[in-house]
Amino acid sequence: MKFNVLPLILILLSNIAIAQQSTKTVAIKGGKYIPLYGTDSSVVTVKDFHMDIHPVTHQQYLDFVIANPKWKKNKVTRLFADKGYLMDWTSDTTFSNTISNSPVNTVSWYAAKAYCEYVGKRLPTVDEWEYVAMADETKKDARVDSLYNQKILSSYETPKTYLKQVGKTNKNIWGVYDLHGLVWEWTLDFNSVLISGESRKDVDTDRNLFCAGGAVGAKDLMNYAAFMRYAFRGSLKANFCIKNLGFRCVKD
Amino acid sequence: MRKRLKLTKHMKSYTLLLLSVFALFSCDNTTTDETNPTNNTVEATEEFDEMSIFQLPSTWKTQNNETVEFKDFQGEVLVVVMIYTSCKAACPRLVADMRNIEAKVKSEANQPVKYILVSIDPETDIPEKLKAFAIENQMDSEQWVFLQGSDENTREFANILAVKYKEISPIDFSHSNIISVFNQQGVLVHQQEGLGVDNKATVNKIIELVAP
Repeated sequence: MKFNVLPLILILLSNIAIAQQSTKTVAIKGGKYIPLYGTDSSVVTVKDFHMDIHPVTHQQYLDFVIANPKWKKNKVTRLFADKGYLMDWTSDTTFSNTISNSPVNTVSWYAAKAYCEYVGKRLPTVDEWEYVAMADETKKDARVDSLYNQKILSSYETPKTYLKQVGKTNKNIWGVYDLHGLVWEWTLDFNSVLISGESRKDVDTDRNLFCAGGAVGAKDLMNYAAFMRYAFRGSLKANFCIKNLGFRCVKD
Repeated sequence: MRKRLKLTKHMKSYTLLLLSVFALFSCDNTTTDETNPTNNTVEATEEFDEMSIFQLPSTWKTQNNETVEFKDFQGEVLVVVMIYTSCKAACPRLVADMRNIEAKVKSEANQPVKYILVSIDPETDIPEKLKAFAIENQMDSEQWVFLQGSDENTREFANILAVKYKEISPIDFSHSNIISVFNQQGVLVHQQEGLGVDNKATVNKIIELVAP
């Protein structure tokens, strides 16, 4: 009898483990907005989706690594993660207690993508991420507010914000925390940003829409923080593992 | 006595089971590595170089409607570019660059080289469309491979090449113009960036790989 019950208990236990792993999400009502690189003709439509309220933490990422050993620090394929992968972890499965509840960093795009798939979610697109990130505590679009911009910029200047714990910043109007102030975050289509240093040389569009148009095409020159994020994304490669870069997941 | 023995046996198996439960959650246990059922993607196998694209689990359709993986090209040098067939300006020039490289390499190569054109518009570029494009551009012989993947595979592959692209409208993409060379182990060894650039370095690299 006991033998029949035990596997059941095991299954239950593992379900609980998975349930704990996944961050709570909140519903984001879709809408239209003009992102940083836009003209009136390039209004972006974001569909309804759900977004994690926090970035993924070291502790959550550890659960994923244990269940998916090919993502262990000493096992990971270099094609999918460079040498900086999980740099601050003391072994394949250990790290300082002080960072358990801090956003996981030094993870590649491939790793972030695999994590989100493992918990039944996906990475947000640039448009989705920026759509939620332009909100502050009271407005869905706070980009015209100079204080909003100032606050983000000063957080970019603060060192080692990746050591902070998740969920301590003010939540925005959607109920989402930490989009600014802790780490920058991977997006599914970060490689759609065409303003890298090489953009004038190797990127071409049929109508030269982007030709040397990087900064001039910026819709909102006041939004220097967003400009920095787009430029940063443009400089990334998918196997880069960087200290101030983490991620969160979304689902449809 | 007999009953007691049985009980101990039970207890033993019970302990074993409990142990294995701990093993599942323990950290440095290696036996869980191979047996974990949640691991739904293909394991990277040891035989490939760490940076080899032969590790990619993605599958693709060719212009002949065959299903392939990159590891099917093991042992061949791969020259890869990302294009879309409805493209009017940059892609024809990129395709011309590929044909120039192929023409120069042809006379010197004594090992197989595959020229792979991966579509960044997999929704439109179905195998039939790729086939028509191949015929139209006299690229229908076996060294030319056109690939259609899923959106996700395509973005992942673009990331390996560090190719950037964005859909501007349903028929218009902006994209990086990069031709990449992979060696016989599937490792990226050379990239040429830009349109109509001098392809000498690229040609030399390929010849070095196929005519040692």
